[in-house]
Amino acid sequence: MTPIFIVNAFGLMLLAILIALILNGVERKVVARMQSRIGPPILQPIIDIKKLLMKENIVPETAVKWVFNTMPFVAISTALVFFLYVPFAGQNALLKNQGDLILVLYLLVIPPLALAIGGFASGSNFASIGAQRELVLMLSYEFVLATIVFSLSWLYSVTTPNMPVFSVDLEARPSPWLIVGPFGTVGILLLLITSLAVMPAKAGKLPHDMSEAKTEIADGALAEYSGLNLALLYITQALRTFGFATFIVFLFFPCNIEQFFGFDPFFLPIFNFFFFLAKVFAVMFCSVFIVSAVTARFRIDQASAFYIFTIFTISLFGLLLLILDFFIGGQLYALFG
Amino acid sequence: MGIDALKRSLWVFHVNAGSCNGCDIEIVAALTPRYDVERFGIKLVGTPRHADVLLVTGPVTRQMKDKLLRVYEQTPEPKLVVVVGNCGSTCGVFYESYNIEGPVDKLIPVDVYVHGCPPRPEAIIEGIAKAWAKLEKTKVKK
Repeated sequence: MTPIFIVNAFGLMLLAILIALILNGVERKVVARMQSRIGPPILQPIIDIKKLLMKENIVPETAVKWVFNTMPFVAISTALVFFLYVPFAGQNALLKNQGDLILVLYLLVIPPLALAIGGFASGSNFASIGAQRELVLMLSYEFVLATIVFSLSWLYSVTTPNMPVFSVDLEARPSPWLIVGPFGTVGILLLLITSLAVMPAKAGKLPHDMSEAKTEIADGALAEYSGLNLALLYITQALRTFGFATFIVFLFFPCNIEQFFGFDPFFLPIFNFFFFLAKVFAVMFCSVFIVSAVTARFRIDQASAFYIFTIFTISLFGLLLLILDFFIGGQLYALFG
Repeated sequence: MGIDALKRSLWVFHVNAGSCNGCDIEIVAALTPRYDVERFGIKLVGTPRHADVLLVTGPVTRQMKDKLLRVYEQTPEPKLVVVVGNCGSTCGVFYESYNIEGPVDKLIPVDVYVHGCPPRPEAIIEGIAKAWAKLEKTKVKK
């Protein structure tokens, strides 16, 4: 815990908040343009946060007050700590030697869990329904997420000996596309599709925003939050979206720009930073922007079935293709020349 | 920081206090691509806890009186109340009806009245803008 580490960590967290909020603004703008509206300015989320910070912070009489007030802080701090363990902007994570992918998976779980606990503690029926839906949704997609992470880790464990497979070290991790044959490429593509399908649920966006469905259950788990608490949860939602996009980029596109073009090493971090932003934007564009502009909300049972049956099956096929590629791929390719 | 942020970010909660749905449709029309209030940062929210502005439509029926008062108290400060439509302003055609407890300003303090039956979406947007201007004046006084 040197002072330099603390300064770096603090700067990184502020940067993550800023990028997450701006990406949220970009999302609102892009979705508005798709619906042929003009849309809010890109800095709108930052204005919203400023406004929420000056609003009155109401704690309902029926709420369990300490849980209700603690959970927004738990949610935002875990969403921020996540960025200390996952490679960010083409640089290695600050705590790359302390954490691994399993820890990162758990850190991804805590913010929605904290939101659900806060919802239960707020003593409102709407918030309870929203929290229940959040938990059901989480149980449905965590299966898929675990399958994706373990499939890729298995792939590394058999193809790259001596590599710590759960490591979050960027240098130790080759791009998964480069170490498989044609079958494996299709398998990784299926895994990528499933992870993009998990994205809207992780981000709480349409068509999986039933936990905060504002037209039917009054913003769900957020229903009783106002002022500072709401501002924290608002930032947390933006960080969750950005964080999961960072995670997908790390799993599937870990390569940096210097692997494609040569650059002056002095400017390389800047180019890597923008290359990283481009990758995150591409992931979010495919999985959140387009999807939330053209879909309506699922019912919770439909969403749960969608993840447990459809998406989970697709991810298992992806794993199967990876296994086929490794064990009998060579013989099959020889057979077909 | 402070009240200036409200100018570009007004979150609106819509209370239907016995309206015929005419005004409600016009409020929704203000969100459509033609009027697009989101470009001014105005957003319809699902709960009074998130709201800065209460849009009240309808003469207040006896059943809705308690609910309207409760929603008003649930809204965090600073807050504004905009009445949309003739019914909320004067009770309109329901004036002196046996089951009416309104108009709205008999129960809660109202900042801006938007007239019309129903008012046009432009009028509703102007009403919200005027409500914000009023909030700014109170800040100067303090």
